[in-house]
Amino acid sequence: MPEWLLWFTRFENSKVAALLLFFFTFCGILIYVYTGKKRSRRLESYKYIPLQDDDSHLDAGSGEAESNERREK
Amino acid sequence: MAQAAIASTEQYNYDIVRKFTIMALVWGLLGMSAGVYIASELAWPFLNFDIPEITFGRLRPVHTTLVIFGFGGSALFATSYYVVQRTCQVRLYSDWLATFTFWGWQTAVALGALSYMFGITQGREYAEFEWPIDLLITVTWVAYFWVYVQTLRRRSQPHIYVANWFYIAFILATAILHIFNNLAVPVGLFSLKSYSLFSGVQDAMTQWWYGHNAVGFFLTAAFLGMMYYFVPKQAGRPVYSYRLSIVHFWALSFLYMWVGGHHLHWTALPDWTSTLAATFSIMLLLPSWGGMINGIMTLSGAWEKLRTDPVMLFLITALSFYGMSTFEGPLMSLKSVNALSHYTDWTVGHVHSGALGWVAMISMGSFYHLIPRLYDTRMYSTRLIYVHFWLATVGILLYITAMWVAGIFQGLMLRSFDDYGNLAYTFVETVAFLHEPYVVRALGGAFFVGGVVVMAYNVLMTVRRSRIEAAELEAKLAAKMARA
Repeated sequence: MPEWLLWFTRFENSKVAALLLFFFTFCGILIYVYTGKKRSRRLESYKYIPLQDDDSHLDAGSGEAESNERREK
Repeated sequence: MAQAAIASTEQYNYDIVRKFTIMALVWGLLGMSAGVYIASELAWPFLNFDIPEITFGRLRPVHTTLVIFGFGGSALFATSYYVVQRTCQVRLYSDWLATFTFWGWQTAVALGALSYMFGITQGREYAEFEWPIDLLITVTWVAYFWVYVQTLRRRSQPHIYVANWFYIAFILATAILHIFNNLAVPVGLFSLKSYSLFSGVQDAMTQWWYGHNAVGFFLTAAFLGMMYYFVPKQAGRPVYSYRLSIVHFWALSFLYMWVGGHHLHWTALPDWTSTLAATFSIMLLLPSWGGMINGIMTLSGAWEKLRTDPVMLFLITALSFYGMSTFEGPLMSLKSVNALSHYTDWTVGHVHSGALGWVAMISMGSFYHLIPRLYDTRMYSTRLIYVHFWLATVGILLYITAMWVAGIFQGLMLRSFDDYGNLAYTFVETVAFLHEPYVVRALGGAFFVGGVVVMAYNVLMTVRRSRIEAAELEAKLAAKMARA
């Protein structure tokens, strides 16, 4: 096994290496998600996906009353 | 409405969603009733009746299996199959494979519950199934994964909505957990008995790596998937922040995997593993509360819905309990707190604030949204939804406050010393103290089951109404055709 791979097998090294790897990956995700106006807009636009199929006429509770009103109109 | 139903049925596979939804309610009713019965056995031990099959030790895994895998699992199958179709705007891949997952899962749950009553168990908490049932679950789960992934691949929508990320993480993580925790050697090909591949502290660690991730991925991540679809849908407005949901997903998925060791504080587990688990448990508070805030803030600007919509009450109360139990969990994972709380009923109370408050409430809220759409009608009674909500909420509050009192006092009594360094209380004195909190707990459970009975009646009447509406429409159409 190459020397550099053996280095990872030592617990005192692999723990720190894993911590740094995951920490910087997480920072990368944060930077990716919260930077860039265009990207932010694109990501936020995905939140409308569940609302693209209109089936609100079947709501229970308050929706029930609203949908009845809508139908009457 | 019936015409819309025909169109939806052609576009989407609702039949499989209906089947899982109904079975979730059936298992929920049976499993929660078993829970009330065993809670009553603890308060009034004569209820064991010296019948081995119904003693606490055998019925307890029946209760946990029916509520986690029967109710929770079926609710997840139902909602995941619904959400993936609606958000990908495509029909579920392979009707027969989806039906296979239904029968595979229901058979596994039923066989598991029966086998525990006859004393057939591998004795691993929340994974008591013996090896033949484990194999059935594995095959079913692979089929589930395949149906889900193939449906995602065929999507019309370019982006995979975040709810599906949570569902797929749950499917993948559960597969890994199930396989590794159940590595066992059967005594013989025709024997139901098997022995774990692990032993000693490794066995305990594998079990609790599984156990806590069952909480993390089965009972949390997947139900968050449910939340990310049904809260915005019921509120009629998009989730508060999509970017926060992405951070929530990655942080939660990463952190949960490390925390199982907190179940083994002050045992033979190496101290560093225990500390690592506690550290990650504390860090978990951030994504958990991030997700809760994201869900609750979806209602920002439309808070009046809480006054008028009982379904919204279920969903937002579920999120509040999620926030509360994900605060309590990290607190209990601290070694000093755990020294008091572990081996007491505080743990049982904590589990139920999550299981009843979060898992059951979010599922029931989602079902109240889902069922009118599956049967293309309105819920039979909105008033009964309110009755259910209050029965459930009062039940949970009675349950968890009783368990706080029981657990904290039990912990204090077990750790009390007199001036000479002797234990201040005998064990049996702690047992005697527990009687009253146990009675209140059983009462709380009965309230909760009462709510489920109300829901089952409401659903039954809704389905009946849907059939009557469909028959009326058919009759009208036939009359029209005859006239033409």
